[in-house]
Amino acid sequence: MRLTRRDALTVLAGLGIGGGGAVAVDRFDPPTAERQPTGVGDDGDFSTDVLPTMVAAAAVVYPSEATGVSEFVETYVLGRTTEEDRTEAMRAAVTELDSVARDWYDVPFSDLSTEERDSLLRELGVDTADPVPDGTISERIRFHVVNELLYAFYASPTGGRLVGIENPIGHPGGVESYQRETMETPATEEGREDE
Amino acid sequence: MSDAAETDRTPVEDADLCIVGAGPAGGIVAHRLAATGARVVVLEAGPRFDGDRRDQLDRHVRPGLGDPWEMGGPRDEFTSSGGSFYPLNASRVKGVGGSTLHWQGMVMRLHERDFELASRHGVGVDWPISYDDLKPHYAAAERELGVAGAVDNPYAPPRDEPYPLPAFPPSHSDSIFAEACERLGIDMHSVPNARNSEPYDGRSSCVGYGTCKPVCPSGAKYTAESHVEKAESAGAHVIDHARVRRLEHDESGERVVAARYTTPDGETHRQEADQFVLACGGVENVRLLLLSASAAYPDGLANSSGVVGRYFMDHLFAGMGGRLDRPTRQNHVGFNTSETHQFYDDTDPVNGLKLEFLNYAGPSPVVDALHADTWGDELRTQLADAYGTHIAMGALVEQLPREDNYVTLDSETTDDLGDPVPEVHWAVDDETKAALTRANEIQASVLDELGVDIDWTVGPENTGPAFHHMGTTRMGDDPDSSVVDAECRTHDLQNLWIAGSSVFPTGGAMNPTLTIAALSVRIAESLQQRIE
Ligand SMILES: Cc1cc2nc3c(=O)[nH]c(=O)nc-3n(C[C@H](O)[C@H](O)[C@H](O)COP(=O)(O)OP(=O)(O)OC[C@H]3O[C@@H](n4cnc5c(N)ncnc54)[C@H](O)[C@@H]3O)c2cc1C
Ligand code: SF4
Repeated sequence: MRLTRRDALTVLAGLGIGGGGAVAVDRFDPPTAERQPTGVGDDGDFSTDVLPTMVAAAAVVYPSEATGVSEFVETYVLGRTTEEDRTEAMRAAVTELDSVARDWYDVPFSDLSTEERDSLLRELGVDTADPVPDGTISERIRFHVVNELLYAFYASPTGGRLVGIENPIGHPGGVESYQRETMETPATEEGREDE
Repeated sequence: MSDAAETDRTPVEDADLCIVGAGPAGGIVAHRLAATGARVVVLEAGPRFDGDRRDQLDRHVRPGLGDPWEMGGPRDEFTSSGGSFYPLNASRVKGVGGSTLHWQGMVMRLHERDFELASRHGVGVDWPISYDDLKPHYAAAERELGVAGAVDNPYAPPRDEPYPLPAFPPSHSDSIFAEACERLGIDMHSVPNARNSEPYDGRSSCVGYGTCKPVCPSGAKYTAESHVEKAESAGAHVIDHARVRRLEHDESGERVVAARYTTPDGETHRQEADQFVLACGGVENVRLLLLSASAAYPDGLANSSGVVGRYFMDHLFAGMGGRLDRPTRQNHVGFNTSETHQFYDDTDPVNGLKLEFLNYAGPSPVVDALHADTWGDELRTQLADAYGTHIAMGALVEQLPREDNYVTLDSETTDDLGDPVPEVHWAVDDETKAALTRANEIQASVLDELGVDIDWTVGPENTGPAFHHMGTTRMGDDPDSSVVDAECRTHDLQNLWIAGSSVFPTGGAMNPTLTIAALSVRIAESLQQRIE
């Protein structure tokens, strides 16, 4: 199953952030595909440090059949940086995760094998940690890395479909899907042919 | 959110009408009176939640961020006593829009029998008004809230016009229930929803976020913010972060002269007005009256009867669910499309009961994922196994008024301003439990007929309240046994009105807000005659 940039924009639009392709929603500012996220534009570190670590973590927390992960995660994470405080907290959590990898394995988190990343996260207790935005290191990694990534995946119709729901909570997927007997397949979904 | 510190929150001069509380009860009165040219001021304890709903959506879906509507701090302290815990702060919101910010939005009229329980069945009390008296106001309330519904309910009380918006079509899972209900002779019908099935009143139609309770990011779900906005456009002054702590009366004790409120800068102000409407919800209405005790009213303002706070009622939830051997398509939307009122008017037990066919049974994969203790393929398998075949029914059951269920002040505990907090003294009585058992029996018969493997039940032993605060300033003709008259004006003070479900003498088993709105329309008509 292939994740696309468009899937990421759809999740962002559900959150009222940038992105085209989703339903325009009155309460949110009208989505514009061009709107630049703030807080990262003039800071090269974000793309070179934060994004590779997030993509590397996604390879662990996403199911193995997901492809197109880099483009999806990069689009989502950059889009999510419209809120400065949140961006800074994510950056801090990602930096700490990377430092742990360097301490324990002498390489950046993104250079570890998928198995090593998985075991590092579990050894840190991130799997069972409560997500707390300003908590302990494990709690913050759970919130800003793991849960951020899981939200993007399972609130997207493509990720949702993998577990049986094409209109997950948080996604404004219209009022037809609840009436249908079976899950709609992507091929018949309106607007997906432009991918 | 509004800037708490910098806004001008000083009183408004020459106000005709001061309304305390900016939920639907107060918002509707504010809009109607402001539209007639009256000088209206609304004092609201909570903030304006301005802007989009991204923050609330985030807080709802993402664990770790706290209550979406910021309930539960020192401002909101309370005490629960009596036999059953009452989770007060889960059951209300303070802010412009009131508890409708969080609500689900099912809106039905009470049945005719609800107004006449004592004369028909010898329990509870009669309302001083009948269904017929309220019928035109119900129709107005449906237009105010933008109700989507269909005239397909054979058990509903008579109505003279269609709903303002078409009903939402039944869900796939409703069609599964329909097979069993048909065999059992149970009639299903649509649910009236305060939710746009088409664009209405400047708000979007429903786009299927599925997060209605606690937040609708599209604005399709009605919240009282829309009445407050319209009231402001018509000239009303709405002061947020204005916590009213006392109502003051004149020397004769016949009129309220001012509402004393405290703002975030620590200042206390006096808002004077000719007429006052108390619209703080069924718990805080009581608290403010009791806090306003004076030499003339030693037991609390407007409490010559001694019943202020007494007869607190809620609706109780009964539910049952399990899994089927086929897809049930749950959690696409956050509201229900079918219910049945077939058993509502039954007399054994006499308590009203309403049954719902849920569209949100079982887990939502995205929510489960964020709480899981694994990830990757293992998580994917867990989620796929957990989702897809859940099915469930809910029910609301009537609780009759009892003197020993009450709201009072806990003088031992104070809030951050030093005022005693509300104490909710409440228990679920045996008659209500019997009605919960009856609801469970019907639910079990439907689920058995479908072949559902039942894995959970909420009944008499583990029931909880539906968050409808009713009965504490009851309406009646007799000043010795009620707080307000049939117009919702207090017997004791000629310019003090009470809006909201605290005036309900009995509560039926219908969610209360359409009736609240209908009564507010009626109060607005009465006030209009006095403010000219
Ligand atoms: C989770 C949930 C789901 C619900 N679902 C439904 C449903 O489906 N259908 C239905 O009919 N009802 C439902 N309800 C109930 C519904 O929300 C209430 O009936 C309705 O909001 C009551 O309106 P109100 O204006 O009387 O009070 P509220 O909406 O509670 O508003 C009262 C306002 O007064 C303010 N206030 C209180 N004290 C003071 C003070 N001292 N000074 C100044 N301001 C003050 C508060 O801050 C608040 O904003 C639900 C409620 C909850 C919590
Ligand atoms: S499903 Fe609920 S939350 Fe979503 S748009 Fe409709 S009313 Fe709003």
